[in-house]
Amino acid sequence: MDPETAVNTLADAWSWLTTSANWSGDGGIWNRLGQHLFLTVVCLLISCLIALPVAVVLGHLGKGGALAVNLSNIGRAVPTFAVLVLLLLTPIGGYGEWPTIIALVLFAVPPLLTNAYVGMREVDRDVVRAARGMGMTGGQLMLGVEVPLALPLILTGVRIAAVQLVATATLAALAGGGGLGRIITAGFNLASTAQVVAGAVLVAAFALIVEGLFEAGRLLVPGRFRGGGSG
Amino acid sequence: MTAPPDDCLARNEWLCGAYLSSRREILWDATVQHLQLTVVSVLIGLALAVPLALAARHRRWAAGPVLGVTTILYTVPSLAMFSLLLPVYGLSASLVVAGLVLYSLTLLVRNILAGLRAVPEETRQAARGMGYGPLRLLLAVELPLALPAAMAGLRIATVSAVSLVTVGAIVGYGGLGNLIYSGMNTYFKAQVLTASVLCVVIAVVADLLLLLVQRLLTPWTRRQP
Repeated sequence: MDPETAVNTLADAWSWLTTSANWSGDGGIWNRLGQHLFLTVVCLLISCLIALPVAVVLGHLGKGGALAVNLSNIGRAVPTFAVLVLLLLTPIGGYGEWPTIIALVLFAVPPLLTNAYVGMREVDRDVVRAARGMGMTGGQLMLGVEVPLALPLILTGVRIAAVQLVATATLAALAGGGGLGRIITAGFNLASTAQVVAGAVLVAAFALIVEGLFEAGRLLVPGRFRGGGSG
Repeated sequence: MTAPPDDCLARNEWLCGAYLSSRREILWDATVQHLQLTVVSVLIGLALAVPLALAARHRRWAAGPVLGVTTILYTVPSLAMFSLLLPVYGLSASLVVAGLVLYSLTLLVRNILAGLRAVPEETRQAARGMGYGPLRLLLAVELPLALPAAMAGLRIATVSAVSLVTVGAIVGYGGLGNLIYSGMNTYFKAQVLTASVLCVVIAVVADLLLLLVQRLLTPWTRRQP
């Protein structure tokens, strides 16, 4: 496509975004944004509730390391789109948003588990021995020493999981799920490049805002809780 | 009137030998497309990542922008990335390749840069003391020592690319993803499961092959006590 056409498409995408009719109603931007936000937040909470206690206890005990670390690699090798479609074709597919929610949680758990486990294991062994020497019980050691020291990496895992959730929720649109991705798939069905691009801009902005919020949060907390730049 | 055949295809079962034998050609073509898209994207990504990582290593001002831009690119979800490239490439294989290049680029630049930064300063000084010029230092000392980290990045980038190719189905160039997409629309269980399993098999085999290459290229890493 020549540059002029590309520029015209961008202008059309802009006018699509600034048309108020596209923001209201069932398939409108506000509704899709709400669905996307809801899916991301709810699934992040579910995933944290599943992954973090398991990772913290395993890390404290020093067991199951191979599984916790390899889970991320397995999660990367399995295509998100394939899992979404497979879930859709199982009996679960008949229950509204459940295939989407399960797929989202499945792909958010590995980074949470791996980072939290590695964080727990990387706590300075001298500190752990000192805490034991002071007479701390296993539970006190875990919650009072190891978890606070592992917090930077735990939060890095939460951030990676959140960005992953936004991406997976977008893909869910291909398999009929709700969220901002639906604006893109609807654009493809209407052969409207302008709408496809407008939807993509919204999704990209949403993902970058989520990443930006975590980055801002990292800079606001006290220095000792700060993790590395990225995972 | 003949009765409809009562085989696993007619019953729409997940596992179906008749599917494998009757659609062998479709599966083969999709697998070949999947491999082509993956290999081309990762190779272009690698060709772009090496100079970018070297620039970020040796020009202090370049590191911030290179890492910042690649991080932003990596944050954009795949479906949105492909859609943003639509006005430029149209419905074509180039669109999928361009999107995948941007993702592999990010993973490769980060890992190559980490590898280069991990080369000990004493090693560099020893090489300079032995009379190595900047180019020979780079080719004979820095790049080989950065190889394990770079290969780790290449493995992650390749496995991710195999998985992300499936999203190309939205523009009709998704390799096995095309079969998953059409299987979803026709509720064809055997096709979706077979294509999905093949994707994972490709990813695992590619990862193991690259691990083998890494071990052959870096024999010194195995001689540790």
